Amino acid sequence: MSSSVINRGFPVFKIISHIILLGFSLICILPLILVVSVSLSSEESIMKQGYSLNPEKIDFTAYKFIFADPGQLLTSYGVTIFVCIVGTIFSIIITTMLAYVMSRKDYPYAQKTSLYVFLTMLVSGGLVPWYIIISRVLHMSDTIWVLIAPYLVMPMFVLIMKGFMSDIAPAIIESGKLDGASEYRVFFSIVVPITLPGIVTVSLFILLMYWNDYYLSLMFIQNSEYVSLQFLLWRIMSNADYLRNSVAASMGLLQGVAMPDQSARMAICVLAAGPMMFIFPFANKYFVKGITVGSVKG
Amino acid sequence: MRSSSFIKTFMRYRQLFILSLPGVLLLFVFSYMPLYGILLPFKDYKIDLGFWDSPWVGFDNFKYLFSQDAWRITRNTVLYNVAFIVVLLIVAVAFALMLNEMRRSSVKFYQTVLFLPYFLSFTVVSYIFLAMFDMEHGLVNTILEWFGKDAVLWYNDAKYWPPLLVLTYVWKNAGYYTIIYFTGLLGINEEYYEAARVDGASRWQLIKSISLPLLKPLIILMVLMQVGKIFVGNFDMFYQIPRDSSLLYATTDVIDTYVYRSLKSLGDIGMASAAGVYQSIVGLVLVLIVNGLIRKFDSENSVF
Repeated sequence: MSSSVINRGFPVFKIISHIILLGFSLICILPLILVVSVSLSSEESIMKQGYSLNPEKIDFTAYKFIFADPGQLLTSYGVTIFVCIVGTIFSIIITTMLAYVMSRKDYPYAQKTSLYVFLTMLVSGGLVPWYIIISRVLHMSDTIWVLIAPYLVMPMFVLIMKGFMSDIAPAIIESGKLDGASEYRVFFSIVVPITLPGIVTVSLFILLMYWNDYYLSLMFIQNSEYVSLQFLLWRIMSNADYLRNSVAASMGLLQGVAMPDQSARMAICVLAAGPMMFIFPFANKYFVKGITVGSVKG
Repeated sequence: MRSSSFIKTFMRYRQLFILSLPGVLLLFVFSYMPLYGILLPFKDYKIDLGFWDSPWVGFDNFKYLFSQDAWRITRNTVLYNVAFIVVLLIVAVAFALMLNEMRRSSVKFYQTVLFLPYFLSFTVVSYIFLAMFDMEHGLVNTILEWFGKDAVLWYNDAKYWPPLLVLTYVWKNAGYYTIIYFTGLLGINEEYYEAARVDGASRWQLIKSISLPLLKPLIILMVLMQVGKIFVGNFDMFYQIPRDSSLLYATTDVIDTYVYRSLKSLGDIGMASAAGVYQSIVGLVLVLIVNGLIRKFDSENSVF
């Protein structure tokens, strides 16, 4: 590694680098800890000392309120998990098939297919006709499918996938076809196994996209049955009453205790965002790979 | 006969065509069908009449748009994107150069931590932002008061927002671009550094005469790709961080939030579609220019 070569004898630069990067790392982490810390603060301590990284004492009232009646939170978890699983599976299959066909140099329409995909990145009719098509022509508003279908094929992901495909030697595909296998068999039993690292990488990007999406909900969802986690968070943020309504039934369960608005809001955020925050850093190396393939070959 | 040879080729490769079909159809429905919308701003669109029967109105919607808010949303969109590109470039290249001098384990640690905000949705970021900048309880105001300063009413005054939004965006994306530039640095041949060190080059000379020049093509490529999207505002961010507050529109309203609001809150389809088409067309021109430039610098990476 280059580090070992140019490291010798320049400790000052290295120390300054560590100070700067550690500082930025703190800026990355501390705000996250602050949100958790506020969710564990009592309402009085927030009134007294504001949102603090170091609350006077740990207080679980906010979580008790939410868990007393987690109805909407559970529904939203269900919506998000369903969308993530179904969306990611369909999207990666369709994306991989499309990218594979584009990468087959002997396919006479490979160029045309690529152009067809690229063009969608260049020209668009804008938000309004897209909205009209989905809501008025396809009548998909207030269905679970509207949270999945519009994002099934993202040209950017097709491009990244095609980047991974370019490593496949044409000879491998040829040999499969000589054995009399159909294109489908070649694809599923030869191409998919050798591009598996790429498939995992792009799947993670797709999963992240579905997990974090609130835009489709904002555009097309009214019915609280289909409110995803991110959209639930946005509704609570934009309308303080929504939080109270979402956990309204719990008022009866915890009598004599006032609803802790401030900490409950942050507690919902922790419960909604928490799980993925533990999963994604473990998949870091796949994301790094995807970013480099995407930026260099895309 | 041409047509029969077309059918022959097609039949020979029909299985590949079928593999591409689901993707092709989905793109047709969600990307190509909405293209008719380029004509939408030239109509006085009435939902009950539908697209074809609504009357034509020429350029009225555009005239109205440009007499109203076009300048504000264009300025905001472009200036924010320019600030994002410049600040991110400086921060990410600097971080990448620093990481390049470190041991593998330190690199891994910093990479993981800097990358963390990238995984958060802007919805979650808006909660984090609120925890920091809430006017009554936010951490930043608490700290200001410690130092005997007055609390700042962040959400009441548009003038605070440009630096705050640039900061938020850089915070979220610094890790992403650092990884790109760091990978670029890893690709530089060891021997250049070794040779320069033998000649007694200092660290700054190594960075100035080897690292940065060899990173230049990647930097140009990344910047040009961002310039191509300079007319696109990040809707998630500009809608959620300022919490769609009308007090802040002067400095937080971008084309994308404006189109959304015209459509969903005001129901003004003419205005919304005019702004959308204006964005698409200028955006297309920019992408074509940028691609031309990329081809000039680095023909392998041009998209078409």
